[in-house]
Amino acid sequence: MSGARGVIGTVAAIAVVWAIDWAGSRILNPYIYRVLVLCSINVILALSLNLVNGITGQFSIGHAGFMAVGAYASAAYTVYAVPLMLGAEASKGGWVAAAAFLLAILVGGLVSAVAGFLVGLPSMRLRGDYLAIVTLGFGEIIRVAILNIDAVGGARGFAGVPQRTNLAWVLGGAWVTFVLIRNLMRSYHGRALLAIREDEIAAEALGVPTTRYKITAFVIGAFFAGMAGALFSHYTYLHTNSFTFMKSIEVIIMVVLGGMGSLTGSILGATLLTALPELLRFASSERLIIYSLLLILLMIARPQGILGRREVSFRSWFSRRRSRPTPAT
Amino acid sequence: MSGPLLSLRRLGVTFGGLKAVSNLDYDLPRGMLGGLIGPNGAGKTTVFNVITGVYRPAEGSILLEGKPIQGRPTNVIARRGVARTFQNPRLFSDLSCLDNVRIACHLHCGTGLADSMFGTPRSAREERDIVIRSEELLGSFGLTKYRDSEARSLPYGEQRRLEIARTLATEPKLLLLDEPAAGMNPQETEALMRLVREVRDRFGLTVLLIEHDMKVVMGICERIAVLDYGVKIAEGTPEEIRRDPKVIEAYLGEEP
Ligand SMILES: Nc1ncnc2c1ncn2[C@@H]1O[C@H](COP(=O)(O)OP(=O)(O)O)[C@@H](O)[C@H]1O
Ligand SMILES: [Mg+2]
Repeated sequence: MSGARGVIGTVAAIAVVWAIDWAGSRILNPYIYRVLVLCSINVILALSLNLVNGITGQFSIGHAGFMAVGAYASAAYTVYAVPLMLGAEASKGGWVAAAAFLLAILVGGLVSAVAGFLVGLPSMRLRGDYLAIVTLGFGEIIRVAILNIDAVGGARGFAGVPQRTNLAWVLGGAWVTFVLIRNLMRSYHGRALLAIREDEIAAEALGVPTTRYKITAFVIGAFFAGMAGALFSHYTYLHTNSFTFMKSIEVIIMVVLGGMGSLTGSILGATLLTALPELLRFASSERLIIYSLLLILLMIARPQGILGRREVSFRSWFSRRRSRPTPAT
Repeated sequence: MSGPLLSLRRLGVTFGGLKAVSNLDYDLPRGMLGGLIGPNGAGKTTVFNVITGVYRPAEGSILLEGKPIQGRPTNVIARRGVARTFQNPRLFSDLSCLDNVRIACHLHCGTGLADSMFGTPRSAREERDIVIRSEELLGSFGLTKYRDSEARSLPYGEQRRLEIARTLATEPKLLLLDEPAAGMNPQETEALMRLVREVRDRFGLTVLLIEHDMKVVMGICERIAVLDYGVKIAEGTPEEIRRDPKVIEAYLGEEP
């Protein structure tokens, strides 16, 4: 039953997503359209980092590195491999190009997942600050390495990547990321990750192979971050400057602001943090000050993040309303 | 199937220069409710930590059903059937009681990661089974009303009970309880000890119980070993232990 509902839900979601994109590209002005695209990409990044930092309780500060790996791997795939496989067909667009793009997104995710595995390995021995330093180092090494690969443009940036991403793709990507991680969290695998965050020794004593699950969290997190990178690299000018340490910090703030461990919180945090600087454009020079002040105030008001560890769901809203206790007669 | 469930052979544990446990021989027959007692700092918790793979022994071996387990990772030893509680309860305190028990069902879950992420019927079925099993366990420990409460919000005695309920979800052969009655008043202690015996009988377990207060174990344990400064100074029935001069001396001032 839940399977059928899932299929119907997915089909409905795809329909809604394409409708939004169709309408969006006609109704919305290009500026808002662009903000929405970047917002959805940030949602994917925040959700995937939340899996590692909020849910599993690890401390990764190199998430932009995974995004970079996915961005460049998928871009290189599209630029070099796709024309070889499809020839002229690839540049025409249509279903063939869409399929090639879907594959490119998966390539970005998978290559990044491999990087996630390698970065996750030290989590066997390192924790806390030490692990953070490893992830930071990874992010910087990746960026510098890409900067020195001429085939992907090096310091000039990678030009000529076909612009395939649109609002439908990123909304679809965010939806898939959310649903898959949410499902994971409803299973014993997800609870094993929570157990690691709560008490690693107790988790081990109850039979949870904590090392394996920590690496798993890194791999899954990196996969989705790589996906986000692939969507990004097929949308806008691709340069390593988009994947600096500041980008990693930005995603961390999204997760913390929304509430560590809350998936809907990550969606909220990413949306807010992408929209906020845009909303503040009217105050051009004071923009950064207001932005920082708002963040500080928010964190003082709600140190646990906007949603804390709770999730909001439409279903629970409805059922709560329905099951409100009736006064005894 | 004969032979002791657990054997410690010439077991030694050192921390830097400190010999926390030395040359410990101990056999725990199947189905027995054994006690490990000794003054504070005697090395009792260290024995549990080394059995469960938290520490590596400096020397000697640990046999579970005749097979060595020393040096294996903690989760592997749990899989072999050793479960424990901690001297200071280590609940997943931000999670619900149900989740605490559900996590402990981990060893008996088998659905793949992909199944879980795509929410297949197979995964849904397994999750339903886990909920049923966990609710049963909560029920038999009188914790049903706390099902959805955060573990941290439970009264202390209930937290201890939840910790024991949680270990049983792993379906262990050997249950190690580290000072389960610590911080309880005499009535609560009495009730807990009855519970331990019931659990042993109902689940067919072998239990090893640590206590520093001798009175607590005398009424319930069938065979007791006494540690002092990491050395076993006596072993026998509660009657024998009570009269042993070495034990009396170790507990001097503590009223055996
Ligand atoms: N991780 C550790 N590092 C160093 N010393 C330890 C460690 N764990 C226990 N000890 C020491 O080993 C001795 C035995 O401790 P423990 O096993 O906790 O005693 P008990 O449980 O009998 O009260 C104590 O002297 C304690 O300080
Ligand atoms: Mg102790």
